[in-house]
Amino acid sequence: LTTVQPLRSENKVTVHFINRDGEKISVKASPGDSLLDVVINEDLDFDGFGACEGTLACSTCHLIFDEEVYKKLGPVTDEEMDMLDLAYGLTDTSRLGCQICLTKSLDGVVARVPESVADIRQTKDGSS
Amino acid sequence: RGKAFSSSTCPKVCVVGGGPAGFYTAQHLIKARQDVQVDVYERLPVPFGLVRFGVAPDHPEVKNVINTFTQTAKHSRCSFYGNVNVGKDVSVGELLQAYHAVILSYGAEGNRSMGVPGEHLAGVYSAKDFVGWYNGLPSCRELNPDLSCDTAMVLGQGNVALDVARILLSPLDFLKKTDITQPALEALAASRVRRVWIVGRRGPMQVACTIKELREMATLPGTRPEMTPADFEGVRDALKDLPRPRKRLTELMMKTALEPPGEKERERWSGASRVWGFRFFRSPVEVLADSGGKKVAAVRLAVNKLEGSGEAAQAVCTGETEDVPCGLVISSIGYKSLPIDAAVPFDPRRAIVPNSMGRVQQVLGLYCSGWVKTGPTGVIATTMNNSFDTARSLMEDLDSGKLDVSAEKPGSLRIAALLEEKGVNPVVFSDWEKIDRLEVSRGEVCGKPREKLLSVEEMLAVARS
Ligand SMILES: Cc1cc2nc3c(=O)[nH]c(=O)nc-3n(C[C@H](O)[C@H](O)[C@H](O)COP(=O)(O)OP(=O)(O)OC[C@H]3O[C@@H](n4cnc5c(N)ncnc54)[C@H](O)[C@@H]3O)c2cc1C
Ligand code: FES
Repeated sequence: LTTVQPLRSENKVTVHFINRDGEKISVKASPGDSLLDVVINEDLDFDGFGACEGTLACSTCHLIFDEEVYKKLGPVTDEEMDMLDLAYGLTDTSRLGCQICLTKSLDGVVARVPESVADIRQTKDGSS
Repeated sequence: RGKAFSSSTCPKVCVVGGGPAGFYTAQHLIKARQDVQVDVYERLPVPFGLVRFGVAPDHPEVKNVINTFTQTAKHSRCSFYGNVNVGKDVSVGELLQAYHAVILSYGAEGNRSMGVPGEHLAGVYSAKDFVGWYNGLPSCRELNPDLSCDTAMVLGQGNVALDVARILLSPLDFLKKTDITQPALEALAASRVRRVWIVGRRGPMQVACTIKELREMATLPGTRPEMTPADFEGVRDALKDLPRPRKRLTELMMKTALEPPGEKERERWSGASRVWGFRFFRSPVEVLADSGGKKVAAVRLAVNKLEGSGEAAQAVCTGETEDVPCGLVISSIGYKSLPIDAAVPFDPRRAIVPNSMGRVQQVLGLYCSGWVKTGPTGVIATTMNNSFDTARSLMEDLDSGKLDVSAEKPGSLRIAALLEEKGVNPVVFSDWEKIDRLEVSRGEVCGKPREKLLSVEEMLAVARS
């Protein structure tokens, strides 16, 4: 046990979230966890985050990254893009948190939770 | 925030409607202040609104939001009262007297009609009813749609239209593992529908569906798309100026319609027994009857051209028409909210409760959220955000003192007494959980996530057991 404990924390990576109020929240997380897992495990209070529980059906886990970090996050599937296209405040460096798995190389990553703005989308569900 | 002195009263708020808007508004209020008490009144004995009765059975992931709603409903400062029809069993005025604030979140349960001759012929259904039927909405139980024809026409090109088309064409093996009702499953098993036209008055760049639903259609096993290449004239040139979501949607549409199929598609298409396709630039002008005069045989469509471009483009009749044979017509041109109570302002033109940031004008203490606030547009995440916005407005009014909570209010105590006088027995959340458990265990028997109870009487019987 005494050897496992420090080893574990050595393996952890640090994730910085910037919440909707602009506050920075730094937590330790395990490689392999998704950013949605981190939000849930750490009980971070981002209202409405992760509504579909990581099943690529909602876009509420939308996060924004810096350009260089974004490039390190790996390829985006069509299905993730499809849901991202519905996200509020979509940017070129947006991703869905439930689709990003932490690796050691992401240590110190900064993820910004976008503001939820009043809906201005024009599309009408169920009408043509 | 949220510090209540022991001498002050706690704000009592009630929500009308137990769908996503109701639960997301309640969730935000409960979180924002430690002293707010929220009661949710729902007409049906079962909660969750369109998540249960709208969202397609083959989209179980979308229904995960139910877990969060359940947490909210079980919160010590939240109560759920099902089987209470506001406007009939209890008036909004009575709620306003019993609570410091009332939030209307009762959705959009009306239906936009086409307003064309023949729309009442047998074989013509609204998407709202058709969806309600396969999802077990008690009021649609007797629909028994006639699926004995070869060709169906869906009017409208939004996500609901695509849900309907997909359910009509899905392999039965897919549907069997969903929570679609058993009678719907049996009817679909016997269905002879082989072709579904999805008709819209404007062009490929104006469709209202989202890309996820289009991709599902494009990759649906056992089916192949059949489109009219001429409809896509000029679309490629317009692509580069579109915002990303519309651009990707249009690209997928063009790929599906125009490009030679890849290896996987070729395989699927060659084995396909069912066909679907968008029909653009067409508006229904009349539903035509068969020789007996009772049943639909075709739809007369006006041929349109577009004036303007992009989202704002207008469909204008060219004067030409076209008759398209079909034995089943499902009109999916939109839901709309209905007025709930004479005391509540209502905008009949936009079919919403007029509001500013969720505050109902003219009535202090009255708010709205969800589809009754915005109109029936957007996905659950949209509803979530606008519900949070309404909750924020209410919080502001509490903080600013605009909403006076100094006087004690009786809340559910008063309403319970009123309901008892009328012989109305609310279904509380633990009653719903009995229904839930029974449905899940009935589902297990046939390999489904749940087998829904189909009538209010059955639901009430289980709730009271
Ligand atoms: C067919 C269909 C499929 C959809 N599929 C998806 C999808 O896959 N993904 C997605 O993200 N979104 C989907 N949506 C959108 C989503 O369902 C809506 O965004 C959301 O349900 C709107 O929430 P609401 O609470 O405003 O309305 P509703 O969900 O309609 O809830 C309103 C509630 O109020 C109750 N009520 C009505 N009148 C009264 C009364 N007088 N007294 C008391 N209670 C009352 C109703 O019974 C209902 O429970 C779909 C919508 C439809 C119509
Ligand atoms: S949690 Fe729904 S898409 Fe990520």
